[in-house]
Amino acid sequence: MNTTQILFWFLSGLALVSALMVLLSKNPIHSILWLILVFFSISGHYILLNAQFLAIVNLIVYAGAIMVLFLFVVMLMNLSKEKEDQKNVWMKLSGIIAGGCFLVSTCNVIFNAQVVSKELAGKTALLKEGSIGLIGPLGKALFNDYVVPFEISSVLFLSAMVGAVVIGKKD
Amino acid sequence: MTLLTLDWILLIEKLVLIVVIILASLGIALYTTFAERKVAAILQDRPGPSRAGPYGLLQPLADGVKMFTKEDIIPNAASKWLFILGPGLAMTASLMTCAVIPWGGTIELFHRKIDLQIADVNIGILYIFAVVSMGIYGIMIGGWASNNKFSLMASLRAASQAISYELAMGLSLIAVLMVTNTLSLGEIVKQQQTGWWNIVYQPLGFLIFFICALAECNRTPFDLPEAENELNFGYHQEYSSMKLGFYLFAEYINMIMSSAVMASVYFGGYDIPFVDDAHVYASIGNWAALIQVGVLLAKVVGFIFLFMWIRWTIPRFRYDQLMNLGWKSMIPLALFNMLVTGALILLRMNHWHF
Repeated sequence: MNTTQILFWFLSGLALVSALMVLLSKNPIHSILWLILVFFSISGHYILLNAQFLAIVNLIVYAGAIMVLFLFVVMLMNLSKEKEDQKNVWMKLSGIIAGGCFLVSTCNVIFNAQVVSKELAGKTALLKEGSIGLIGPLGKALFNDYVVPFEISSVLFLSAMVGAVVIGKKD
Repeated sequence: MTLLTLDWILLIEKLVLIVVIILASLGIALYTTFAERKVAAILQDRPGPSRAGPYGLLQPLADGVKMFTKEDIIPNAASKWLFILGPGLAMTASLMTCAVIPWGGTIELFHRKIDLQIADVNIGILYIFAVVSMGIYGIMIGGWASNNKFSLMASLRAASQAISYELAMGLSLIAVLMVTNTLSLGEIVKQQQTGWWNIVYQPLGFLIFFICALAECNRTPFDLPEAENELNFGYHQEYSSMKLGFYLFAEYINMIMSSAVMASVYFGGYDIPFVDDAHVYASIGNWAALIQVGVLLAKVVGFIFLFMWIRWTIPRFRYDQLMNLGWKSMIPLALFNMLVTGALILLRMNHWHF
């Protein structure tokens, strides 16, 4: 076992354990803190894949900004009472369907990974090879090959911002 | 000497560097607290701490002993582990920043070239942003775990302030990155050694960055998170002894690190002003690297003095003024700066023809 393999298994174990703890903790604040740990271990995986930009952006956006907002909401709503109200059946059913769809697509990606990317076949890490996760190639890909989807997604964000302002202005 | 396919000598070299840099930052932070009190005293026309040791130089040690020997109280209603985790996170996050700052050029020891930078990652500046946003968790967890509504409100206020000013800070940095074409701090400093310092290209960007750095470090006029007379004390109200010490100390380390980042990005980092550094290297070798470290530290001390000067001159903002300044002045200004920089770069690429 070499260093990258040790790191890989350590990070995978950490990610799985903390993801389980997200579901199992009674206190929503603890769940959020475990979720932050999940993001950290996933960022570690990105670094093992030589995708430093993705790793750090994952930390800034998800662990740094979105989770802080989660913490804000949970702290202000004071959910720490450990009470759970039962959701209705339709909510549960739609949750199961959405989760199932995600599971199917994830499995598809995992089982086809060796077909799609030859560099990854039979490896745990890509150190010093493969450059799509670095900032230069990623920026070029986003602004040359995928510029239309990129701009459309930014319009989506703009509409979300406008929506937030409208909701905030109401009172 | 290969075990686990690691370069063990490199590992030892980096470990030594990490220990030296962290101890040095702790030592400097210790004396920054002393400097703060002395600067305050001078500005307020009084002698300041002068009893412990010559000129009061042992005062920080006395403060440290006092902090350590005070009773360490964990409130009954507090969530114990998170209460301990809070100050630890704040301290860790502020110390982690030092990993990507280039503290000097290269030293040659035992036929090895040693960079005086722990890790020259190609995303250096983004790394600093990630670490800064981790620092918010220290504050939020500490405020929440105290189980005191005043601490909670103060921590929410601190976090929202930090998030708001991080945006403008990021936007002002984008303009610098468009000029330098790289995210690596080591590379940014090297570019400034041969050309002009970035402050020449980005005066407005620097001003925005500086104001945001004040807000990120919770320094006056943005020290709302610890407004003593409005909200008792702030997010660390329930803390005592060395846990409180960690929070206060983390703030000083943040100040040092943000000064080092400002010096590196805008003021040439370890570049010796008015001198060709390569020339100095050729004549005195390793000593040149040490001079460079000294020059960077001098720049850092200059910024820290500026921080203190502002703290003891300008009163604190009200909360709505703070948010208005952040969202309605800083962000539009930073966007304007970014647009102008982009337009000028495009014009220069087109040889100044429209």
